[in-house]
Amino acid sequence: MKDLIRVFKNGLLDENPTFRMVLGTCPTLAITTAASNGIGMGLAATFVLVFSNLVISLLRKMIPDEIRIPAFIVVIATFVTIVQLVIKAYLPALDESLGLFIPLIVVNCIIFARAEAFAFKNPPLPSIADGLGMGLGFTWAITFISSVREIFGAGTWFGMQVMPESYIPMGILVRPAGGFIIFGLAIVLMNAVMPKKA
Amino acid sequence: MQKLIISSSPHLRDKTTTRSIMQDVCIALLPAVIAGILFFGYRSALIVLVAVAAAVLSELIYCKATHQKNTTGDFSAVVTGMLLAMNLPASVPLWMPVVGSIIAIILVKMIFGGIGQNFVNPALLARAMLALSWATIMTKFPEPAFGNLAGVDAVASATPLAAGGAYSIGQLFLGNIPGVIGETCKLALLLGAAYLLWKKVISWHIPAAFIGVFAVCYLIGTGFNVGLTVSQVLSGGLILGAFFMATDYSTSPTTDLGKLIFGAGCGLLLFIFRFARGGQSEWCSFAILLMNVVSPLIERVTMPKSFGEVSKHE
Repeated sequence: MKDLIRVFKNGLLDENPTFRMVLGTCPTLAITTAASNGIGMGLAATFVLVFSNLVISLLRKMIPDEIRIPAFIVVIATFVTIVQLVIKAYLPALDESLGLFIPLIVVNCIIFARAEAFAFKNPPLPSIADGLGMGLGFTWAITFISSVREIFGAGTWFGMQVMPESYIPMGILVRPAGGFIIFGLAIVLMNAVMPKKA
Repeated sequence: MQKLIISSSPHLRDKTTTRSIMQDVCIALLPAVIAGILFFGYRSALIVLVAVAAAVLSELIYCKATHQKNTTGDFSAVVTGMLLAMNLPASVPLWMPVVGSIIAIILVKMIFGGIGQNFVNPALLARAMLALSWATIMTKFPEPAFGNLAGVDAVASATPLAAGGAYSIGQLFLGNIPGVIGETCKLALLLGAAYLLWKKVISWHIPAAFIGVFAVCYLIGTGFNVGLTVSQVLSGGLILGAFFMATDYSTSPTTDLGKLIFGAGCGLLLFIFRFARGGQSEWCSFAILLMNVVSPLIERVTMPKSFGEVSKHE
């Protein structure tokens, strides 16, 4: 049990996929213009990550080494399709704003990295813990980035007006260039608050 | 008997320091700042002061916060603040130069390692970010009113770039036109540029190539319309940019050939922007910023061979 908690916490902070391993930067930069996008994207990726980790871990003795990448893709794509259809049916607004980035979860490098580095070598239970930790680590990271961008770049948070009326939003933050700047500063902040372990 | 002093090179030293160079730049910028105050009122002076103060303070605070040597004494933050203020319209609210200075000093300069390490011109990137964020405020250019120190109404008026041939060459040269604080008076800018050239703070290569290539392209593009070309050269930020922005040491090549290529690139880009996309006043900033990013590559291509070096066989 202790091991599972350690594996879970690893993804949240020490090896946070966004701030520490700088994986999955493509969605991190592209969809973090609104906090609701961040949390939606993060939870969708978490779902895929947990189940792909579980299935790949169960199949790890059956998948030959030579064709493991295509095998991973088939497993991951299955769960991405499920997520995509569910979001389309029940959260059409989120589907609209995330657009192409939902199907692109298939090639999200966090999910690949965890399949390759963890699930392929570990039993199912730790793999689920790892997927959950990594997924939630990704979720809080991009929700944080998108909150900063939305609050200062649009004056709102989850669509609600949070800045005073007189605040004139700093438009560049919700543009692509602002994504790079805030992402960089967030990594700086993370390293300052919690220095890397040697 | 004479003493024999043995020391390692260099043996000839110059009195020039970073501080003296930056002070020269400040002196060279003064005429244009004064012209800006005369044309756009006391607010220009206020904006310059706020920008400089914010720039120096941000550098001081950053140095203290990161336990580094305090580098504000080299005057480079003062220059950045002045250049940034000169790139703002006189009607902007006072928080604008503060935000701009923080962007310029912290984000572009100090985070990358302080003076000499900035990858683009700090003042220009700050201007670009302000212009992209608050476009409506940044493009409200007040009408000039010579000698009216009380300040001018913040009437939104088009710069000569957008207004076409509405202003005479004389007006464009003296600066009696709407625009940002420091770019309108070409006379004052050229005075400052002459001082920098005389003090050998800058060399002629970048400004000459920049303005020359732009003018030649414009001449050809307009079918040898000399009047239009001259007014284009005197409009917008070209003169300010060519002499004071593009010549920034850390973001432009060091060799003469490199400088010529760099200047020519700026001129060509500015021509393409203005010719194809019309008169936006920030084009000059974008042209220089793009070439700033390319300058390490120019540096690599124009690196002089050391004496006796033989070309390598692959």
